[in-house]
Amino acid sequence: MTTHSAKTIGTPVSRVDGVAKVTGQARYAAEHMSDRIPLVGWVVSSDTAVGEMTSLDTKQAEQADGVHAVITYKNAGALKPFSKPADESRFTQSRAVLNEPYIRHFGAPVALVIANTLEQARYAANLVSYTIEGKTPDLLTEFDDATQKPASLDGGFEADATSGSKPSQSDIHASIEATYTTPSQISAAMEPHATVAEFKDGKLDVYCSVQIIASAVEALAITLEMDAEDIVVRSPFVGGGFGSKLGLHYDATLACIGARYLERAVKVVLSRRQVFYNTPHRGHSTQQISLASANDHTLLSVQHKSAMPKAKGYEFAEATGAGARVTYKSQFIESSHRVKDVDLPLIDSTRSPGDAIGSLAFESAIDELAHKAGVDPLTFRLKNLPVVHPMKGTPFTTHHLGECLRQGAQNFKWQHKAQPTPGKKIGHGVASAMRMNVLVESSAEVELSANGEVTVRTDMTDIGTGTYTILTQIAADTLNTSVDNVTVKLGDSRYPASCGSGGSFGAASSGSAVKKACEALIKSIKGSLPPAFSHAEVQISNGQITLVPTAQSDNEEASSPILLANFMSERDFPISATGKVSDDDTSDDEQYSCGAHFAEVEVDEYTGEVRLVRQYGMFSAGQILNMKTATSQIKGGMVWGAGYALTEGIHHHTDTASFVNPDFGEYHVAVNRDIAEVSVDLLQEPDYAASPVGAKGIGELGITGAGAAIANAIFDACKVRVRDFPITMDKIIAGKN
Amino acid sequence: MATLNLNGKDVSLPDDPRTTLLDFLHQHLSLFGTKKGCDHGQCGACTVIADGKRINACLVFAFQLEGAEVTTIEGISEGGNLHPLQHAFIERDAFQCGYCTSGQICSAVSLLREINNEDPSAVTYSQSRDGEAAMKEDISERMSGNLCRCGAYPNIVDAITDVIALERQ
Amino acid sequence: MQPFTLHHFNGEKPLSSLPLNKTSRFLAGGTNLIDLMKLQVETPQTLVSLAKWEKANSIIEDDNYYHIGAMVSNSDLAKFAHSQPRLSILAQALLSGATVQLRNRATTAGNLLQRTRCYYFYDTTKACNKREPGTGCSAFGSMNRIHAIFGTSEHCIATHPSDMAVAMIALDAQVNTQRANGNTRQIALRDLYHEPGDTPHIETQLDEDELITHVSIKKKPNGTQYYHKVRDRSSYAFALVSLAAGFKIDDGRVKDLTLAFGGVGTKPWHPHKAIGVLEGAEPTPDVISQAAEAELSSAKTYGSNDFKPELLRRTLTKVLLEIAEHQVKYPGHEGALYDNA
Repeated sequence: MTTHSAKTIGTPVSRVDGVAKVTGQARYAAEHMSDRIPLVGWVVSSDTAVGEMTSLDTKQAEQADGVHAVITYKNAGALKPFSKPADESRFTQSRAVLNEPYIRHFGAPVALVIANTLEQARYAANLVSYTIEGKTPDLLTEFDDATQKPASLDGGFEADATSGSKPSQSDIHASIEATYTTPSQISAAMEPHATVAEFKDGKLDVYCSVQIIASAVEALAITLEMDAEDIVVRSPFVGGGFGSKLGLHYDATLACIGARYLERAVKVVLSRRQVFYNTPHRGHSTQQISLASANDHTLLSVQHKSAMPKAKGYEFAEATGAGARVTYKSQFIESSHRVKDVDLPLIDSTRSPGDAIGSLAFESAIDELAHKAGVDPLTFRLKNLPVVHPMKGTPFTTHHLGECLRQGAQNFKWQHKAQPTPGKKIGHGVASAMRMNVLVESSAEVELSANGEVTVRTDMTDIGTGTYTILTQIAADTLNTSVDNVTVKLGDSRYPASCGSGGSFGAASSGSAVKKACEALIKSIKGSLPPAFSHAEVQISNGQITLVPTAQSDNEEASSPILLANFMSERDFPISATGKVSDDDTSDDEQYSCGAHFAEVEVDEYTGEVRLVRQYGMFSAGQILNMKTATSQIKGGMVWGAGYALTEGIHHHTDTASFVNPDFGEYHVAVNRDIAEVSVDLLQEPDYAASPVGAKGIGELGITGAGAAIANAIFDACKVRVRDFPITMDKIIAGKN
Repeated sequence: MATLNLNGKDVSLPDDPRTTLLDFLHQHLSLFGTKKGCDHGQCGACTVIADGKRINACLVFAFQLEGAEVTTIEGISEGGNLHPLQHAFIERDAFQCGYCTSGQICSAVSLLREINNEDPSAVTYSQSRDGEAAMKEDISERMSGNLCRCGAYPNIVDAITDVIALERQ
Repeated sequence: MQPFTLHHFNGEKPLSSLPLNKTSRFLAGGTNLIDLMKLQVETPQTLVSLAKWEKANSIIEDDNYYHIGAMVSNSDLAKFAHSQPRLSILAQALLSGATVQLRNRATTAGNLLQRTRCYYFYDTTKACNKREPGTGCSAFGSMNRIHAIFGTSEHCIATHPSDMAVAMIALDAQVNTQRANGNTRQIALRDLYHEPGDTPHIETQLDEDELITHVSIKKKPNGTQYYHKVRDRSSYAFALVSLAAGFKIDDGRVKDLTLAFGGVGTKPWHPHKAIGVLEGAEPTPDVISQAAEAELSSAKTYGSNDFKPELLRRTLTKVLLEIAEHQVKYPGHEGALYDNA
């Protein structure tokens, strides 16, 4: 008798790639092809922000020990100009580099030195000499200089939106006007961007660290003017992405150019400093916010204006005002975004574009208004929750922000403050989180062998999000088998194209594709069975595929379990099926994940040093596919929130349009001790309007609002409102004086 | 011939003295478990254990470790059996992308020894909180040389706490 | 990294057998030198590895002094200092610096001689008088949050990054050296470092062929001790302001004061003016404030480090008041202000 495998969706299944990761056996991009002894490429970086290269001398480097080639714009071979063709998306446009004697930003590649060893290549790179006739770089320094209205914002938002009518002065009981600033930030995934590529017989074999495989193939084909069919891209393990690996970067282009030039395998790993310049960062923002509320604490007016830099020749602008448009209902809402074209490295998505920094400012401003109005900030938020979209009036598929705030406050003990450490003040802070959900076209294939082994293939990636695990669970649950009977293969362009990882859409989109593939597989099996078995359930265990009657099975022929082998021979296997999700699988209603963040901090009365005591959050994100990995991802977002509130920021060297602190020594990603207790509760509320698996995004939900809760806790502790992030002790002291 | 002992086996040192231990592992031995996150001692992804002490493999030339016993993540699990910390990391989900994990685990293996030796940390001398929070802050401080951008810190601390509790049973 | 010729020094062959000159460097742990060599900030043609210099790896005590070998690791020194109540401040300073991994490699002499962490010193595309004399100082007019307010010049405002050295300055450590000609000498650590003046690339009074052999610290009472490091992360970050302080309260007055500042000086800062105000005085907020002002009278700020004087004032007040309170509660106490061991 076949036993029914217990369903695993929603349970805390440990990562199926866990053993590989804790034993150091998981292979990341640069670690492949070691049997082919790849040559090592080292990037020569520009010391000037923007301008024409007027001299370039590679002779000395070429003659250095172990050097095979020095690639520059003179010998790089055919390349489509950067960011062409214009009608492609930014992830499939050309990522050309070394194609012209023109430098677009500081730190951009001037040459690639390829040698036998890293030591040889890195040294010889110093022997390349060049001069660039630098132009004065354009930067954004004043709010009013951002005058350009972006065609659209990330997430598909309009640059400007207005709803309702301005309240009359007499209705306004409390109001605030504040300017918030957030610094430039970088994803800083632990794995630097890296590629190893081999070019052989006109075909390109590439391992690179990338979040979306299909667009990477397309981008390489366009950049190198090749046929996409001649390119294989693999990325089985990705050491973190956070948006910075959505598209390909110079490591990939350079490794491929080098491999093509030498017809050898070439490896290019960006140094940490090069990662700052040759992969995207998040632009700094200035956000002007005006809010007003009535006597009964009804929000009357929300105005949010954002100014950010935009990298020249690269279409990306983030929607910092998205939260202001959707989190609270208000009689009047006005939101606008302006940008200025600047000569900086690529500006693109960093975890939760728009909301990560939008929420820092907006949820702090909401707190300011609550305090100004003399009402508890939690009460104020609860008072102003929307039932439908505050600007459009359209319904939400689900909306549990109120429940998260109320239940979360209880679990956090919002009203109860512990005794602070002597010499310190204690504070509590709260912030709301709303993060848009989307379903993105995605395909997967599932294959069943005669002995019941299930293999799932999709070019989806696992960037630490747990994709291997949740796709395993979805396949196992749908096919009524156990997780250890399922093998998920990812990150290979020869597999069906998926959505890739990004924008919090990965799990729901690729998971739904796998679910549909499994359902198609069942349908295909049943198609070859007598009609009596149409209601039987396919179950797989102990190497056997069994048809098990269900409550609906009323046919005598199908009244007891029977092996599928009775109907199909081994020659019929493997059976495979594909599944695909698209726009048709999701509702047109407003889709948001939401949550409530709470933080407790201690602030030193003398020095203004902030110590986090605990962070807590309650979230609603549809069906939680895996309680363990989902919780971890949310916690990770909250840790980012702590970094955004307290430590992180790129300092700009404006004369040279370079970064002052492009390394882990001075760009302060939070360390373990910065973080104290972090706990999370997740509502289980499948949202099948959002996706066939009922899940919504969580990857960006954890960071949205997390930093503001900390900022608000700091205010609660020491009554200093710092509007210039990160909140370092010097700004708190300045506020006290 | 100059050698160092790596995970129980003697290996010859590289000819180029500029080769760091980390690049030696990658380029000469194709051992990729030890990761390069910054190459400047600012992230801890390359943490290995040399003569019983955790160090950054990126900031030491291989020749400086002549005669030393070096253990990398590949040498942490004995005879195919996972180290208790490796189990705990999986159970507590103390990693996401996995890139910093080798370094975190090598670091944590050393941490257990340091705590048993009663080696002090900065938390030994700080204005402390009580009981469990103080112990966790101490673990956090001792693990602060290992960045994790996925933000697995709380789970890493929980995993280590579990193993310490297990050892004390 | 530029190719170099490798030599070894094991303490047995004389230093004179080695090609020591402007382009040679001693390699102790390597945590700073290798870092800088990868960036071409340091480009030695000769490296003298001290890895086999076993003799320099021990701590010896006599009746009056602790003698700490040049190659003793920061971890080992911290553990030793942890066992000596009089050296608590040294243990605290060491443990607040870097990480366990780095402290396991970093050495006593290497720590003293580490280079600044100034952003522009590290970035070879930027002007830096310390790295390339005469090119200018990029820290003026740019971000200089981590830069010095004491001992600066128009040529350089970079801080000395060590925590250990701050405690050793407070403890009046003596540095012992050996020359290629066999001569030895002892230099007070307070005199070892030069202020940048117009030669910021010359950081100490050591000669090219001079090797630190050990550091001697006098055994003397230091009272209740505390090293407080204010920084942008709670760990693994350099000091914005740090303070090594220890004293006793005798008859209501400060006695045996040891005090030094980190993160604010072009060298680990010995605040003799502040000490002059505090020694023998009642540690009231007013007196502490006078002491801070006395020292700060010579401070200069440069824009993004304008906050440092106020942060220093506040840190000094906090730490001295906490120590005084502890001394009043536990008269004659010798050791750490907070001790959870």
